Amino acid sequence: MTQPVLSVRNLEVEFVTRRATLRAINGVSFDIAKGEVLGVVGESGAGKSVTGLAVIGLIDPPGRISGGEIELSGTRIDHLPPEEIRRIRGKRIGMIFQDPLTSLNPLYRIGDQIIETIRTHTNLSESAARRRAIDLLAEVGIPAPEKRIDGYPHEFSGGMRQRVVIALAICAEPELIIADEPTTALDVSVQAQIITLIKRLGRDHGTAVMLVTHDMGVIAETCDRVAVMYSGRIAEIGPVQEVVRNPLHPYARGLMGAIPTLAGEDKRLVQIPGSMPRLSAIPAGCPFNPRCAFVFDRCRVERPEPIRQGTQSVACHLFEPAKETAA
Amino acid sequence: MLAFTLRRVLQAIGVMLAVGVIAFAMFRFAGDPVSQIVSIDTSAAQRAEIRRSLGLDDPVLVQFGRYFINALQFKFGVSYQFRLPVSSLLAERLPATLELAICATVFAMVAGILMGVYSALRRDTVLAKLFQAVSLIGISLPTFLIGILLIYLFAVTLGWLPSFGRGEVVKLGWWTTGLLTVSGLKALIMPAITLGLFQMTLIMRLVRAEMLEVLRTDYIRFARARGLTTRAIHFGHALKNTLVPVITVAGLQFGSVIAFSIITETVFQWPGMGLLFVQAVQNVDIPIMAAYLLMVSLIFVTINLVVDILYTVVDPRLRSTISRAA
Repeated sequence: MTQPVLSVRNLEVEFVTRRATLRAINGVSFDIAKGEVLGVVGESGAGKSVTGLAVIGLIDPPGRISGGEIELSGTRIDHLPPEEIRRIRGKRIGMIFQDPLTSLNPLYRIGDQIIETIRTHTNLSESAARRRAIDLLAEVGIPAPEKRIDGYPHEFSGGMRQRVVIALAICAEPELIIADEPTTALDVSVQAQIITLIKRLGRDHGTAVMLVTHDMGVIAETCDRVAVMYSGRIAEIGPVQEVVRNPLHPYARGLMGAIPTLAGEDKRLVQIPGSMPRLSAIPAGCPFNPRCAFVFDRCRVERPEPIRQGTQSVACHLFEPAKETAA
Repeated sequence: MLAFTLRRVLQAIGVMLAVGVIAFAMFRFAGDPVSQIVSIDTSAAQRAEIRRSLGLDDPVLVQFGRYFINALQFKFGVSYQFRLPVSSLLAERLPATLELAICATVFAMVAGILMGVYSALRRDTVLAKLFQAVSLIGISLPTFLIGILLIYLFAVTLGWLPSFGRGEVVKLGWWTTGLLTVSGLKALIMPAITLGLFQMTLIMRLVRAEMLEVLRTDYIRFARARGLTTRAIHFGHALKNTLVPVITVAGLQFGSVIAFSIITETVFQWPGMGLLFVQAVQNVDIPIMAAYLLMVSLIFVTINLVVDILYTVVDPRLRSTISRAA
């Protein structure tokens, strides 16, 4: 097996508040291979975005990475000095945020923002960087890029702005793109275009993509593998067809059961009772135990570790292999 | 854009007309000017003669029309106390006031922006907290007190700077400047600081608050995710966005600086328009008071106009909103 582009091992992120230290990410591990798209799903507050921010080194105080390792193509990048992680951001890892309307500086022409980013990471001259910026805008599908390059962000529609944001994220040909809900703020018709674009760019450049979203449709359409997050942990991770068609973790089953389909019009959608616990009140054992239909005593005391099940990996005591020695 | 500018100019003319009416009304309601000019032993015939020569016995509307037409040509009548045309008195005093006001504003902008940016970026340092404390003093202490304290410290106790006047001045055409002589510069320091201190603290607090606000925005986060240097983010992206509201405040404050230089000019006996105005008030010299009122409003209105137009230069979003609205 070739070396993964991104390898996260036992990542822990804490937020230190006056009252208590809250653990937003607790023992998250996953890999993303070259050219692979990993989807990260979960409810709001499950730690999807925080995981993305931790990888790119943008966790601001009072938050901090309190444990684990993050490796980018074999090099550890957590706990790098600020100046070194700065050089990696934008160059080796590109990031796309949720809201394209507020991601661009309103006072600068989009061309200047792209050229600035290119020149931060390369030795290109002003004019070479400008040519590259025009190429990039063409690549992300902006019509008449040689004209639009001198436009201001407010002169672009939401979808077009997200294309500009993507152009900014890929302008130094990063190995990894982290897309944090890139389509949530867009119209449905535009969403599909943006997803197709991200997918195509990943394929063309062999870029690994970490796609954070809560839209299962996007996941099913785009990703190779998917990680289901719950309460700062990965409940289940595996190839997208397996996880969508045959989810193992009770939470993942609930999540898939809550997706409306055209075929199943008569059926009521299945709800997961209750809501995700707040960070200050995560129950002992499995964090999902108060809402789980299959809960048993062990779930309330012991935290389940990820267990391999074929191509999937699931953190649930239901899948514990029977103990060999009865103790 | 042109329509926008024209509309703003028309509004400005409206304001100036209203001020003109008020200035003229001062002549009617601030007592009889003739009794201010004459001595006790002037005969009634002589008084009537003065009244007639000053045009004070014409109908009100005629007087207003005459005043208005003269004002358009910068003729504001003759000062009662100096017996000289008010316009030449003002022109003689204008350079001193403008020089003082400009230096005070430059000082306020430069120091205010630097201190504001510093205290936003290094929020928890001792120096940032010191700036905050100093700004509280600057905003709450009255100007004259600061002036007097400065005089006591630097002129009386230390003897470094002159306590009054403008020092030596150089004539450049009709303009006189104190910026080219050592004594002129030394004389300028304390009045400029006194006059600009309030504005400086205002700008500092504004820059700090705006900067903190801007640093929390998504485009700053995205700029960081793009790997831009901290310097480019703070001084390119964040500062430019911070300066939009700062321009308005600083611009409008420039008007106040000129208007309120009266106090500073009095404390430092600075030979500017403010000092002239205070003397005019003491002597009920209405032509000077009315002309001063017109001058200050003209400056205010012009600055407002310039700030509005400057806004659109800095913020591209306004440019298109305006052209769409027009």
